[in-house]
Amino acid sequence: MPLLRPDPTFYPSPRLAMQAPPEKHAFVAALNPPGSKLNDAILVVDVDPGSRTYGNRVGQVTLPKFGDELHHFGWNACSSALCPYAPHPHVERRYLVVPGLRSSRLHIIDTKPDPRKPKVVKVIEPEEVFARANYSRPHTIHCGPEGIYVSALGAPNGDGPGGIFMLDCETFDILGQWEMDRGPQFLQYDFWWHLGFDALLTSEWGTPNMIESGLQPDLLLGSKYGHQMHVWDLRRRRHIQALDLGKEQQMVLEMRPAHNPTKAYGFACVVVSLKDLSASVWLWHRNNGAWDLKKVIEIPAEPADPAKLPPLLRDFKAVPPLVTDIDLSLDDKFLYVSCWGTGQFLQYDVSDPFNPKKTGSVRIGGIVNRTPHPKNPNQPLAGGPQMVEVSRDGKRVYFTNSLYAAWDEQFYPDGVGSWMVKLDAGRNGGITFDQNFFVESSDYRVHQVRLEGGDSSSDSFCFP
Amino acid sequence: MRGLWPWLAVFGLGVFHGINPAMGWLFAVALGLQEQKRAAVLRALPPIALGHALSIGVIVAAVLLVRISLPHRALKIAAAGILFAFGLYRLIRSRHPNWVGMRVGFGDLTLWSFIMASAHGAGLMLIPLFLRPAPSPLAPGTRPMDSHMHSTCGFGFDSFSSPSLLAVSVVVHTCGYLLVTGLLAMLVYEKVGVGILRRAWFNMDLFWMLALMVTGMFILFI
Repeated sequence: MPLLRPDPTFYPSPRLAMQAPPEKHAFVAALNPPGSKLNDAILVVDVDPGSRTYGNRVGQVTLPKFGDELHHFGWNACSSALCPYAPHPHVERRYLVVPGLRSSRLHIIDTKPDPRKPKVVKVIEPEEVFARANYSRPHTIHCGPEGIYVSALGAPNGDGPGGIFMLDCETFDILGQWEMDRGPQFLQYDFWWHLGFDALLTSEWGTPNMIESGLQPDLLLGSKYGHQMHVWDLRRRRHIQALDLGKEQQMVLEMRPAHNPTKAYGFACVVVSLKDLSASVWLWHRNNGAWDLKKVIEIPAEPADPAKLPPLLRDFKAVPPLVTDIDLSLDDKFLYVSCWGTGQFLQYDVSDPFNPKKTGSVRIGGIVNRTPHPKNPNQPLAGGPQMVEVSRDGKRVYFTNSLYAAWDEQFYPDGVGSWMVKLDAGRNGGITFDQNFFVESSDYRVHQVRLEGGDSSSDSFCFP
Repeated sequence: MRGLWPWLAVFGLGVFHGINPAMGWLFAVALGLQEQKRAAVLRALPPIALGHALSIGVIVAAVLLVRISLPHRALKIAAAGILFAFGLYRLIRSRHPNWVGMRVGFGDLTLWSFIMASAHGAGLMLIPLFLRPAPSPLAPGTRPMDSHMHSTCGFGFDSFSSPSLLAVSVVVHTCGYLLVTGLLAMLVYEKVGVGILRRAWFNMDLFWMLALMVTGMFILFI
């Protein structure tokens, strides 16, 4: 049923969205560890500090089939429904669109009326994705002003090209491939846009065949994983410009454009540089009508005792930071950076996007350090900071510790564990662990977090 | 005075169309905010008004054309059917137009406004006002009331030929539309801010489509 007034979780601008009330629930992608017989699930975690079950799992919905490998999911509708060119603000933010990265199956999950008891209401089988979109391995969901955009890593046979396909935002029917002219683009990972500039940007990881059996050292050392970003005309669905970070910059993953639609810049992370195992964050920005790149953050590898390193890294005698996720607060002020290898989690003030200043840092887990959480100071932790999500008001930061099942085993061969933590962020910078929030799971690995009502990577805005 | 009422209705429907954020003023505000210039708001208004005028103009012209050849009763039934069916369809399947793009020039905005007005059935809402048979110059005495009005007022619908009735109606309607669109755009841009959308953006589509259906049924009884 259409609403009589806009969904209360829709905000015209990121500035207004920061005034949203604190979230009460978090939805967390849960995947079965290798060897387990469990079907993947979406977990519901209580994040309301006033609740008796704060910091606990309070619900879950188990998916109907085995072997999905859940990754990044999103909402059926968000603040972009207020955009003036295709307004439809009287739909509800209600359904989670949840792709299985390995199975290519899409699930529509209803989070109402009780967010603690979500239900699967529609399943789109892989054959339908293959037939209607000619893509496979759906990965990231964004709710656009006029439909749902889904990125997919490859073609049905596991090679490239990967790309984007569209879902109808009301019926969830697959509408087909998004691209009209893909130009030189072949690899696909993340995407997002600058709605005020009719620009869409995509990043590159690898085709399904390059990643599904684990990170392949020969491909990595041969610079075969992605090292480019692509700029597209959002309106005409055409490739405009390829931005090359250099062949040594391997795997360009998460893209976080400025939330303010009048600003044409954003940040993308690179997992590893072949030169020195460092990781980096790059700024893209519009410069005289064309798009340009600048490396703004570089995080060095840390020397390590080879005995403490997994076989993959032993020869390098160092642990790479492996920056695998970043997130930008809604005021475009703080950028959060997950270093999955070293166990560092960093906060930068990016008010001047060309010159980030480090304002906060914590450590937890890590390939070598195994830093414990303050709640259990004697328990060494495997895995490291990975998928990060920031609350709309910018005061709370949540992250989980698993990357991608086949790769977890290579970097954490004795088990990656499964935990979710929360940080409190100061108004002017600085991050500290919430000692009461440590969600550990023995059955599932945890990946992406979505906050009830929206978060800092779920919504896009047409007004500044 | 009776000759004035249809004009007030034409103007009033323009005002009503202008209120709907989806029909123009919100896009003008967004363009102003994007460029951080009041001039961008003002620049958006003419193409938005033009697109709206074209959309309702096409419908009114079609009615004026059809009413010459179609018997009055058949015209009423056809109009009622169209209004009712359109309202019902949009009520059941509330699809929004799939326009994409904020970087729009004069032509884009005109086309966008034309699409938005047409998709909302803006022109359909005017149909009931134009259903009366065209005045027949050969038989002035057959409708004594009207000829009386004609002579005393001189601005009733019947005192215009079809082409001039079309032109004047479109202008009058668009004036009402532009007045409200412009006022709301400037008010929201300068003073109120887009936060008002969260509280005041009532689901006009719902009301609008019900209104079309009711009007469709009403036509049959006038």
